[in-house]
Amino acid sequence: MKASMRVNGVERSADVEPRVLLADFLRTNLALTGTHVGCDTTSCGACTVLLDGEPVKSCTLLAVQVSGRDITTVEGLAQGATLSPVQVGFHEEHGLQCGFCTPGMMLVGTALLERNPDPTEEQIRWAISGNICRCTGYMNIVKAIQHAAKAKQAAAKAPAPEAVAAGGGE
Amino acid sequence: MFPAAFDYRSPASLDEALAVLAERGDDAKVMAGGQSLIPLLKLRFAQPALVLDIGRLPNLNAVTRHDGNMIIGALVRHVDIERDRDLTRAVPLLAEAAHWIADPLVRNRGTVVGSVCHADPSGDWGSVMLALNAEVVARSKSGERKIPVAEFFQGPFTTALRSDEIATEIRIPIPTGAAGGAYNKLERKVGDFATVAVAVQVEMNGKKIARAGIGLTSVGATNIKAIEAEKALAEREPSDEVIRDAARLAADAAEPKDDIRGSAAYKKDVVRVFVQRGLHTALSRAQEARS
Repeated sequence: MKASMRVNGVERSADVEPRVLLADFLRTNLALTGTHVGCDTTSCGACTVLLDGEPVKSCTLLAVQVSGRDITTVEGLAQGATLSPVQVGFHEEHGLQCGFCTPGMMLVGTALLERNPDPTEEQIRWAISGNICRCTGYMNIVKAIQHAAKAKQAAAKAPAPEAVAAGGGE
Repeated sequence: MFPAAFDYRSPASLDEALAVLAERGDDAKVMAGGQSLIPLLKLRFAQPALVLDIGRLPNLNAVTRHDGNMIIGALVRHVDIERDRDLTRAVPLLAEAAHWIADPLVRNRGTVVGSVCHADPSGDWGSVMLALNAEVVARSKSGERKIPVAEFFQGPFTTALRSDEIATEIRIPIPTGAAGGAYNKLERKVGDFATVAVAVQVEMNGKKIARAGIGLTSVGATNIKAIEAEKALAEREPSDEVIRDAARLAADAAEPKDDIRGSAAYKKDVVRVFVQRGLHTALSRAQEARS
């Protein structure tokens, strides 16, 4: 059966059995191994991807179920060599230790900031409550998302490049 | 882990879905969000020959009001209830319970009606619907029937739905007078099943309780409607004593088992405390609704 979807902005499709899970489709058929499989029982959130912008567990979705939809994986966060604000936050605030939960945490953080650009610490903790970090690095994960929120707010306030008067360049 | 092989259909119309079920219902499972079914398929607790995905059916993803009822379509997700401000005002019990379902990721996919149809005695929505006196609307090729939720749950993971039927919506009567509700849940961590949870709804007539609804989670073979406790509250003016008696009757209705989440005696006592606590909250919310 054909599973076709847009993954990180690119149309992808493959012939798969209906029982193939989205996590396995991404990892095996598309070789996007940034999506991790942790518990495989809908408990840990390591396999989180964004489905039409909302975080979901890709181990608990069939690939054929999301045909025609938009999927974002951790590979879709950076724009070329430029890290996304959430990725920068995890880098700056040491938001990871072993890194296994990190793709899921970053995708959840990204979706949260889209909906709520200025979340409280409690809202951040609530948003990541479906994602488990076994290094117990939650403190820094929360700080990383806060870092990203501040960076995004600062960027939103700064004048757009084209609005800067010409002639002032270096 | 991956499921045993199955055929997959995702029809674009309800008629088509019902026609498939009329033919193959005996060996099919209906899937909405899949947050209960897919784990069962992966563990191979369920091995249907056909998975009928109703996720692409039109017109089932809205909460609407009609004829004095709040209607929750089969594709309305937990998160839709959690975020619906109007619904939070009209039936606070719904939004409060939604917030406690599984975790935020599961709430983005899982559906209310699917969860009720899964009929897990540890499921939260069943108790909420029992407290609200809701009805499940079941459609098949031969027509439609309405099943009161109190008759819907027949055993663990077993409902009154026939194999050729799809639950297309849940109907909740909108209270006419001042009303309030509360959902209290004890869980070890986010995403765990409830150790105990209790749904409470009260509808007032002046100073008296016109009707009370109480549903219990994780303390029996199904979600339990605490009927004796509800009766003890109806037509009474709420007092500490009336509330205490009702809480005791609800604890009597619970049939919990000892397990890793606690002893049966402990869980019965949590039911008592949660009914008491829930009634106080529900009554004060009903008071606010009136003023």
